[in-house]
Amino acid sequence: MSLLALQRDFGAWLRDGDADAAAPGMRVYQNNYRAALVACLEDAFARTRAWIGEEAFSRAVVEHVCRVPPSGWTLDAYPRDFPDTLAFLYPGDPEVTELAGLELALGEAFVGPDAVPLMQAKARDIDWDRAILRFIPTLDLRPAITNAHAIWLALAEEKLPPPVEILAGAHALLVWRHDLTSRFRLIDAREEQALALARSGLSFANLCAAVVAVEGEAEGIALAGQWLGCWLADGLLTIETGG
Amino acid sequence: MSPSSFAGFGLGLRKPHYADFLGPRVAVDFIEVISENFMVDGGRPRQLLREMRARHPVALHGVSMSLGSAEGLDRGYLGRLRALVEEVEPLFVSDHLSWSRIGGFNAPDLLPLPYTREALSLVADNVMRAQDALGRTMLVENPSTYLAFERDEMTEWEFLDALCARTGCGLLLDVNNLFVCAANHRFDARLWLDNFPARHVRQIHLAGHSQGEGLLIDTHDRAVPPSVWGLYAYVLPRLGPVATMIERDDAIPPLHELLAELDTARSVAANAGTLAA
Repeated sequence: MSLLALQRDFGAWLRDGDADAAAPGMRVYQNNYRAALVACLEDAFARTRAWIGEEAFSRAVVEHVCRVPPSGWTLDAYPRDFPDTLAFLYPGDPEVTELAGLELALGEAFVGPDAVPLMQAKARDIDWDRAILRFIPTLDLRPAITNAHAIWLALAEEKLPPPVEILAGAHALLVWRHDLTSRFRLIDAREEQALALARSGLSFANLCAAVVAVEGEAEGIALAGQWLGCWLADGLLTIETGG
Repeated sequence: MSPSSFAGFGLGLRKPHYADFLGPRVAVDFIEVISENFMVDGGRPRQLLREMRARHPVALHGVSMSLGSAEGLDRGYLGRLRALVEEVEPLFVSDHLSWSRIGGFNAPDLLPLPYTREALSLVADNVMRAQDALGRTMLVENPSTYLAFERDEMTEWEFLDALCARTGCGLLLDVNNLFVCAANHRFDARLWLDNFPARHVRQIHLAGHSQGEGLLIDTHDRAVPPSVWGLYAYVLPRLGPVATMIERDDAIPPLHELLAELDTARSVAANAGTLAA
């Protein structure tokens, strides 16, 4: 048997082998393999674990470890598919998937690329009629239909989580890293759409025009200005051009 | 191309001790970090490593290079490690004589290799590729193993000797791993030490283990036991300048306990008459 064949067989056994029929050494490897994956998911989804309970979380982890073998050289990649497993297991509880998705996004932002945020003081010098907004690379948008963000906050503060609510209207969770801390904020569909336009390379002037076309002149300009202020204060903007 | 030497005593840096190492200077000659924990794009881990590097020499120790993979090495992995090496300018870059990746599957573990001519050729090719990609020589660590292969064509020490000869790599001697393997596979650890290529050793790991179901398990969750100290003392006179460190990955005690263990290492080395930092 070639080394390639041996390693393929060994890998397949780790995933699906019958431990009861195996030599003690093989059982050690299989146990190490599973324990590492379980620990990885427990570490990445502490709030989700607290929300659904130990037993349910363990069942989800076992399901995930069986369904999704690790493929990346770093265990940081392994949690990425876990929200999909939760969506499969909890189709009627969307807050579970959203909570796990939020935890995942916060973790990814924590180790995402560094960027120098545009300081509010410097923003005064920018010609906003010509400016094209540039966003920090850790910015992530996730769809939100429940109050999973409020559940996350309560669990983080070790308070009693609120009951599940379906949000009125479309929303999104904006996730990013400010300095060294991951942050998130619930935004409505209008701000989400404006962010998508701005991230696509639209100039701020054209973004204002697009918002005005939908909201009317006074409301549109006020909204665009308000969002810009928030994005600056949140540290979401990085390098401006044309200003 | 031979790995450079460094004589001193250090610790593996783990999360519970980050704050200690950012405070008043800790009495270590170097620290070792797990490379993969810092092979991220940015954020706190990279900043922390820069702060640590400003205070201490750093060794990069990897667990995922998969030097024994029959499919070769992951280029993306090597690119990220190269970037880290350029930033940190580490004392050593090391990984294990093991494999973890095959056919799109990546086990988070150090899986065993048969000691065959085929495996030697493949590992040597992979080490050469890694050293080319990193622009420096590596250290390869003897792993803890829980099974042996009937197809073995040479001993582990012969495998390591040939690997060093073919690639110019150095060795990271994990004394605890040797003790665990000797117990699990019923061989004489001192005979192993009498025969292995000691001249290539640049770094030593000391750790503890636990008793599993008929096997010793390399758990790194307790103090270095007398049996491992004994092997350390036995091998020291055969080594040149070497960097010794305590490796603890679980049940991590307060820093002062690890520093006390490191003092024991210093005493053992002094009694063995070997070069200390």
